[in-house]
Amino acid sequence: MQQSKDPRQLQDICRRVRRHIVEMITAAKSGHPGGSLSAVEILVTLYFDVMRHDPGNPKWEDRDRFILSKGHGCPVLYSVMAEAGYTPLDKLNTLRRLGSIYQGHPDVRFIPALEASTGSLGEGLSLGLGMALAARLDRRPTRVYVLLGDGESQEGQIWEAAMFGPYHKVDNLVAIVDYNKIQLDGFVKDIMDLEPLAEKWRAFGWHTLEIDGHDIAALQAAFAEAAATKGKPAAIIAHTVKGKGVSFMENNPKYHGVAPTNDEMVRALAEIG
Amino acid sequence: MQFKRTRQGYADALIELARANPRILVLDSDVAKATKTCDFAEVLPDRFFNCGVQEGNMMSVAAGLAIEGFIPFATTFAMFASTRAADQVRNSIAYPKVNVKIGATHGGISTGGDGASHQCNEDIAIMRSFPNMTVLVPGDYEEARLATCAAAAWKGPVYLRFGRGQYPVMEEIHGGFEIGKAKLLRPGNDLAIVSTGIMVSEALAAATELEKQGVAARVIHMPTVKPLDGDVLLAAARETRGIVTAEEHSIIGGLGEAVAAFVAQTHPAFVRRVGVHDVFGESGRADELLTLYGLRAANIVEQALQILDTAVAV
Repeated sequence: MQQSKDPRQLQDICRRVRRHIVEMITAAKSGHPGGSLSAVEILVTLYFDVMRHDPGNPKWEDRDRFILSKGHGCPVLYSVMAEAGYTPLDKLNTLRRLGSIYQGHPDVRFIPALEASTGSLGEGLSLGLGMALAARLDRRPTRVYVLLGDGESQEGQIWEAAMFGPYHKVDNLVAIVDYNKIQLDGFVKDIMDLEPLAEKWRAFGWHTLEIDGHDIAALQAAFAEAAATKGKPAAIIAHTVKGKGVSFMENNPKYHGVAPTNDEMVRALAEIG
Repeated sequence: MQFKRTRQGYADALIELARANPRILVLDSDVAKATKTCDFAEVLPDRFFNCGVQEGNMMSVAAGLAIEGFIPFATTFAMFASTRAADQVRNSIAYPKVNVKIGATHGGISTGGDGASHQCNEDIAIMRSFPNMTVLVPGDYEEARLATCAAAAWKGPVYLRFGRGQYPVMEEIHGGFEIGKAKLLRPGNDLAIVSTGIMVSEALAAATELEKQGVAARVIHMPTVKPLDGDVLLAAARETRGIVTAEEHSIIGGLGEAVAAFVAQTHPAFVRRVGVHDVFGESGRADELLTLYGLRAANIVEQALQILDTAVAV
């Protein structure tokens, strides 16, 4: 796997990942395209630049950990892990089929290189805090990255964890909110508004940054700032666009959890390039 | 008769275990003074995490620690471990089969004065329905200590259930603890009494009473509710005229149903269940509540005699 700091190279990986996402969800005839496409730059920047990890040695103790707390966004995680060499690229289109390692939500029984099984919303940040505490107890340099959904942030457990992290001074963990403004039933502001979101994280004691979650340079800078922050965890509110990269999916609640048709896939792939 | 707290057996074992094994950690959710893990916090403060009143977060944090190779004992009241945090226990712990031990105190009706909101009669049912979960319900202080040590050595999730009160010290159940193994406390071929947890003292008292009436009751103590000791149950079903189960828990989903389901599929036998009959509790002293809700030796005797009547009639 080639790590890179060059945003152009990372963008090229993003393009391939978007193609995988659209193809695999179309093949599965179900899945969550919108919230997978919104998180592409976040995951690609982590896996191909920021995180210390080794696909040839997935259980390397000192590696950084990534947890997809919004487990329904797994097509982006599977695509990035496959691009990184953890799992087969040519099996991505078996998503959600019987016997596939690409389960409907991330399942460590099928992909041992995953750090956690997720799917029940709200648990990933707590799992990450446990892993970060473990790294501290074992004096390992591991950093933990947890990607949260905005809809998921309505769960009470997120705010339990938000209280726990700064109190225990867990400064080797970063929470990233994929703030794409849409959840299953519609726009977040119309279902259960999160605002003022950054103020909430700051009030809970997190070093909080707000960035454009599709701007790779901004993501790189934010992760660097998080790593330099001592004594408290960091939260990155990543403003994103649901369905990013496919015009008819962008900002459209319909594509939270509906697969594209074959015709739509053809149009989507033409747009992604 | 001597009385001791089962939760103290848990807390004492944790200190003993942690001194020998640096991977043992304890988490609590602001009930450390009640669960007695406050003793651990005093001796080993760096390995104790008080999560505040956050049972769900505590279970998932414990899972994260376990994924990284620690052996966390996540501690709270049975009510909050099994109902409040059911989702986290299922999805963060049981499903990925991580090595978290759940220490649940204040199980059952004997929680007493706190009333129905705190009297958990459903936890065994909930926990045994989760794949990968082992369920232990020790009967007294010493067995609680031994069960905690056995849980630490076991690979995978374990639910440990303790009571709030002082319970009789039962020499009969001491001397070792093996997960999945029942303890035969008294021979007898007329019928079998299978109990778990603190009901062991009532089971033995019932057998003594039945003996006076000329009935030889086999007494089996079953501190592991999952996995069940099938060999012992099969023998009881084959060699006696029926089984009375006794548990400080709802008759729905607990030991009684587990035993009934097992014998129905292996060697059909009469099974009658002593437990809480699908009702919520109320405030009172533990001894008053155990009597009011039918969890006494007399209730076991009554069910035993009904089995003998039914078995004869058939």
